[in-house]
Amino acid sequence: MSNTQSKVKRTPKEYVTLFLTFFKIGAFTFGGGYAMIPLIQKEVVDNHKWVTADDILEVIAIAESTPGPIAVNAATFVGYKFGGFWGAFCATLGVVMPSFMVIALLSSVISHFQDYKVVQYAFYGIRAGVLALIVKAMINMYRKCPKSPVAYFIFAFSFVMVALLNMKVIYVLIACALIGLAASFVVKRREAKK
Amino acid sequence: MIYLELFLIFLGIGAFTFGGGYAMLPLIQDAVAARGWLTEEELVNFMAVSESTPGPFAINMSTYVGMEVGGLPGAMIATTGVVLPSFIIILIVAKFFAKFKENFVVKGCMSGLKPAVIGMIGTAVLSTGMTVFFPAGFALATFTTVSFLGALAIFGGSLIMALKKVHPIVIILISAAAGIAVGYIFGL
Repeated sequence: MSNTQSKVKRTPKEYVTLFLTFFKIGAFTFGGGYAMIPLIQKEVVDNHKWVTADDILEVIAIAESTPGPIAVNAATFVGYKFGGFWGAFCATLGVVMPSFMVIALLSSVISHFQDYKVVQYAFYGIRAGVLALIVKAMINMYRKCPKSPVAYFIFAFSFVMVALLNMKVIYVLIACALIGLAASFVVKRREAKK
Repeated sequence: MIYLELFLIFLGIGAFTFGGGYAMLPLIQDAVAARGWLTEEELVNFMAVSESTPGPFAINMSTYVGMEVGGLPGAMIATTGVVLPSFIIILIVAKFFAKFKENFVVKGCMSGLKPAVIGMIGTAVLSTGMTVFFPAGFALATFTTVSFLGALAIFGGSLIMALKKVHPIVIILISAAAGIAVGYIFGL
């Protein structure tokens, strides 16, 4: 990415278009994150040509390797490239707004509905269905993850620490990042010696 | 001060979310279920709502918990908290690290975090499995109850559909119908 900030001067109307585009992206993706990527590509690269096809791959790679929801990361990045801080602000606000409004409106309904017997039965079934979706997500992640002894160790370590020993998740994640860093360092030293 | 607590907790969740929604579940359980803001069961129920409504899981979750705990201001504060770390980190990366992805430290940390995400989703599988199959706590007698066998059948069917790439919303609708059928036929 040679040009990290847009040199183009944007008009207020263009910022509104940016906001509305990401509002649309936020409103039409269900299940979050990865489902959003094709729509972002279509809107941002094909329709509006705010970033190039190469740049969007970079954006997605960075969105995946920084903390936070992928959709929010991608919106902030594209918005920044579009028009600096306020571009980032408009795009992020746009992508967050639809879910915020829908859930804020639904929240009272959700808690009241749970008193009905039929809803309780429905959620009894749904919870088993959600469990299947989580298992599926784990299988997908496993397929994408590089397989190495260190990776298997971290997988086992993080599971035992959090699931069985009830350690604080944040500390375990920091420890895993440091183990990964240390392992990469050892590999680098070994290669340098050769 | 409930608003400050909400803000700080969701700031932490936003800063430590890697690898999408389900990997966040243990983090949310740590913070939200431990404070009694939502029960484990309500948390799993809400995941289904989140799959069937637009937007990222993190935003849906922060809005819902914020509304439950502190009304509309609570929802706005929790959602701002969950978004803020990404927003700030991405601005810094976009401005200063054109080659962020190739950075040795970033790559090293990511090589540790990727398998940790699987461990976190594994933890979510375990805790959700307990909620689904043993809602009243683990007991051998549970294995022969209609409630357990029904849940097992719905889980198995859903998993086959999920592996055959059936859309999550369809899976949720079918498992809801199956739950209602089991509930009324066997009088749970």
